[in-house]
Amino acid sequence: MIQVRELSKLYGKKQVVENVNVDIRRGQITSFIGPNGAGKSTLLSMVSRLLDADTGEVLIDSTNTKKMKSNELAKRVSILKQSNFMNVRLTIRELVSFGRFPYSKGRLNDEDEKMVDQAIEYMDLKEMEHSYLDELSGGQRQRAFIAMVIAQDTDYVLLDEPLNNLDMKHSVQIMKILRRLVDELGKTVIIVLHDINFASVYSDRIVALKNGRVVKDGPTEEIIQSSALKEIYDMDIPIQMMDNCRICVYFNS
Amino acid sequence: MKKRYLIPALLILSVISLFVGVSSISPLDLLDFQSEETQIFLISRLPRLVAILLAGAGMSMAGLIMQQLSRNKFVSPTTAGTLDATRLGILVSMLLFANASMIEKMAVAFLFALAGTFLFMQILNRIKFKDAIFIPLVGLMFGNILSSITTFFAYRADVIQNMSAWLQGDFSMVMKGSYELLYISVPVFIIAYLYANRFTVAGMGEDFSKNLGLKYRSIVNIGLVLVALITATVVLTVGIIPFLGLIIPNIVSIFKGDHLQKTLPHTAMLGAIFLLLCDILGRVLIYPYEISISLMVGVIGSFIFLFLLFRRKAYA
Repeated sequence: MIQVRELSKLYGKKQVVENVNVDIRRGQITSFIGPNGAGKSTLLSMVSRLLDADTGEVLIDSTNTKKMKSNELAKRVSILKQSNFMNVRLTIRELVSFGRFPYSKGRLNDEDEKMVDQAIEYMDLKEMEHSYLDELSGGQRQRAFIAMVIAQDTDYVLLDEPLNNLDMKHSVQIMKILRRLVDELGKTVIIVLHDINFASVYSDRIVALKNGRVVKDGPTEEIIQSSALKEIYDMDIPIQMMDNCRICVYFNS
Repeated sequence: MKKRYLIPALLILSVISLFVGVSSISPLDLLDFQSEETQIFLISRLPRLVAILLAGAGMSMAGLIMQQLSRNKFVSPTTAGTLDATRLGILVSMLLFANASMIEKMAVAFLFALAGTFLFMQILNRIKFKDAIFIPLVGLMFGNILSSITTFFAYRADVIQNMSAWLQGDFSMVMKGSYELLYISVPVFIIAYLYANRFTVAGMGEDFSKNLGLKYRSIVNIGLVLVALITATVVLTVGIIPFLGLIIPNIVSIFKGDHLQKTLPHTAMLGAIFLLLCDILGRVLIYPYEISISLMVGVIGSFIFLFLLFRRKAYA
């Protein structure tokens, strides 16, 4: 379990994240949602130690992350940021191999190679493993990065808006993969999402932020309610049930 | 771009380099250890070859490390002010210590190279407009500012003549006793190779490095120290060799990608081959005179650089 305690972050005088307390359960997908500037990405960055919190602490399985060595932490928690254009020419296999870096420091042993193979096959990238990242489509590249995280073999996988710039087909593909990571490999996934319908259909729990504070925190079906969404987004959003999925019809509200 | 082509090319060019020159030396002459030919061979030809190989490999590797750490293919000791900072350092050492020894000059030049490169990286972090071609322009401007400071003080102190020796790279002056400082780059190469994986990770950004448990800042700093060490030794012993650190890593990257552990040896070899080729051409073209290496590399290099720029445009 990841426990976030009284976490705050100031940018200049602006309180971006304010006294946030959240528990993130193991073996589930937890989505962070909320309007722009709510502090979702900042919170995720602090949980994953990319960003230092001004106050508060993050406990991972009861250990304060500040007390953990960065290399040890890299074996427990991985984070993928919005994958901006990378100028580095690496093949998929080379990238995925770097997922083993916390274990092998670049000198891969047989077990590392096996993990890399498994990750590549799990992501269905075997036939293009020697292609360069800059020759791939957005969806393929995102899959390559997820394969790297699988090779990194952390219990907790954090993703910051992984669906950005992806079309519908690839977005669904990525979300299904994340669901499989949780259901088949027992990972814990924490994800910042913009599209509340993806959050609704794929996550177990939802944490809603607004102006740096947690306004809602609970199981998906409790959060995807017109009354709760009104509080989060200041919009009247009707909910429709379709094939057992709660779909938010926000397009003309 | 395979090792099995690069190694023979390097060996053949090395042999040619040893036996091209004003005084003709044949391999048979070397059998007589006392002959004048053997002396020339040992005092001039061999040191020259070693200097070319080390300088070529070193400047290319320095360029590769800089490109990786700055995440910009157009950054190199030439386009980031490193060379100009080194020259300023040499001037300062000449002005401060009248009879500076090689090691003292080396230390001051190294510190200036390090400070200059570091400053450039700081500027890079602060620039909002991160166009790939804009960055090296900033670097060139930064280098020119340093260079004009150097010229100003050199002029005031009447050491322009002295300074110009370091303005242009020149291997014809390399002789036994004057180039040994270059051997410093050998351990630097080894350290660079040991850190290759870390540099590759750092090249993918701070967040990416932290995710893998890597201390990004210290890796970047180590990289800059290595670059400054290589640059300072090369500039002090053979002078400025422009463009090498820019072109060679780019060519290797096109064919072999950016996995430094795999591309560092190729980059080093191709750099040495390119420099050897330029040097041999420079020695042969107006025989028995010599075209200086920085002119040769500058002319051939700028054509390749232009080609890379246009090629990039065609893709964008």
